[in-house]
Amino acid sequence: MVSHQLSFSMNLSAARSRRIRKPTLPERPVIEFEDVSFTFNRHPVLEAVNFSVKEREFVSIVGPNGSGKTTLLKLMLGLIHPQAGSVRVFGDRPEHARRRIGYMPQHAHLDPQFPVDVMSVVLMGRLGHSRSFGPYTRVDKEIARNALRQMDMWERRKSHFSALSGGQRQRVLIARALATRPELLLLDEPTAGLDLAVETELSELLHSLAEHLTIILVSHDFAFVSRYVNRVLCVKRTVVAHPTSEVVGETITRLYGSSLKMVRHDKTNSGASGPCAHS
Amino acid sequence: MCAFLIDLQQHLFLQYALLTGALASVACGVIGAFVLVKRITYIAGGIAHSVLGGMGLALFLQKNGHWEAVTPLHGAVAAAILSALIIGVVSLRAKQREDTVIGALWAVGMAVGVLFISRTPGYNTDLMSYLFGNILMVSTRELWFLVGLDVVVVAAGLAFYNQFVAVCFDGEFAALRGLKVDFFYLLLLCLTALTTVVLAMVVGLVMVIALLTLPTAIAEFFSKTLARMMVLSCVLCFGFTSAGLAVSYGPDLPVGATTILIAGAAYLTMIVVKRLALPGSIGP
Repeated sequence: MVSHQLSFSMNLSAARSRRIRKPTLPERPVIEFEDVSFTFNRHPVLEAVNFSVKEREFVSIVGPNGSGKTTLLKLMLGLIHPQAGSVRVFGDRPEHARRRIGYMPQHAHLDPQFPVDVMSVVLMGRLGHSRSFGPYTRVDKEIARNALRQMDMWERRKSHFSALSGGQRQRVLIARALATRPELLLLDEPTAGLDLAVETELSELLHSLAEHLTIILVSHDFAFVSRYVNRVLCVKRTVVAHPTSEVVGETITRLYGSSLKMVRHDKTNSGASGPCAHS
Repeated sequence: MCAFLIDLQQHLFLQYALLTGALASVACGVIGAFVLVKRITYIAGGIAHSVLGGMGLALFLQKNGHWEAVTPLHGAVAAAILSALIIGVVSLRAKQREDTVIGALWAVGMAVGVLFISRTPGYNTDLMSYLFGNILMVSTRELWFLVGLDVVVVAAGLAFYNQFVAVCFDGEFAALRGLKVDFFYLLLLCLTALTTVVLAMVVGLVMVIALLTLPTAIAEFFSKTLARMMVLSCVLCFGFTSAGLAVSYGPDLPVGATTILIAGAAYLTMIVVKRLALPGSIGP
């Protein structure tokens, strides 16, 4: 993990006073939110949100259910638009930057009976790059093959998507996102419904991807988050950015309320310790 | 059955009927698979029934207005495309009104058809044959028209196969990849509309839904991919239409109804066998 990317760029009160980092680093925000507010059916979901994410950061968006995590992702993708403020992705409007984003949705919204094999799902990531009709090109297949290998799902390429376990489906959907050859990877709850062993494996995969990509993932799971990401964006109507090391009990209690039980793990080998929240 | 095989070699109308079944099967296989996975069977049903309006109007114009060039098949195509577009736009703009609009088009289309046919001089056997199929009365001209429809449907379905699969599987992701999801949805509805017209020649528009869904539903059980499902349901559909022709020929039964009963029986058998073989599985 690259330590100079750990510094947090913004919080709510200091929205305009972005710190100047080392001049040797290219100052190029991938995501910029400026005073963004979003209202759904007259209920404020997000209020005056300010933050930015730089190139090759690995950031997690955490917060309780209904706090506006997925809303943040959808704003980044330009699927919804804020009532106030501006969202810039690669310095452009989100709709224009979409092609550079690899998006992994929650697999729960997909039809589990859909007759499609793993390879075909991953190839869908090539749409928009490939020709506009007819079969996929050889290059498309090569890219999809690499994405599957990267996610360690090559052996299951001919499997029925519905025959896969939850963790395998997540990985196929990440492979599909990778097949778009993205510069930014957006993952919505990649750890949902996974057991610890699978989750650890997935986190390590993401960690290795983070060397080349900007990754933003939504999670309600602090244990996952604290060990791998550079920075945590805590969402509950507003967004507060923390370097991972700062995410301690107080923050979690503020975010989730006092009913939450805190468990602190001292990890072997790593030497670091991270907080872990269980509701 | 034996009589059917002997007469098949002699009578052109039987050969035409068999060929019509084959043409319908190809369209059914390709588009039926998309209809099943996108779960728009009810939309296909609405389109199929509203087609009667176009057929009735075309028949009326042909006989009363002396528009010789206009045939009921032309009317059917026009009505099918029109109702596909209406339902499609409503479903994209106001999803919650979709079923109401389908129901309205379904009934209004039929009412228009019945009225026009009743005002058309001559025998009203036409109405029955549109509703329940007239595969034994397909003319050379109609056969060529069906070939044309088939080519359009199959070419579009296969050319945009990847796009349709992506839009049906995960429309949001497809949209993010820059695909015009709404356009492909409307195109799929139009292709479905044309397919119902072709199938209506075989079993009549009342029973189109069964022929569109049953072979595909059986094929789904044996298929891992949509492409395989298409090929298999194509073969099954041709099997059902041919069997319908052969079985109904001797005892002089209505072909359309016989075809549907055979398809229905096959589907039922598949479910029972599946239940017995895989007791753990739920539902068909």
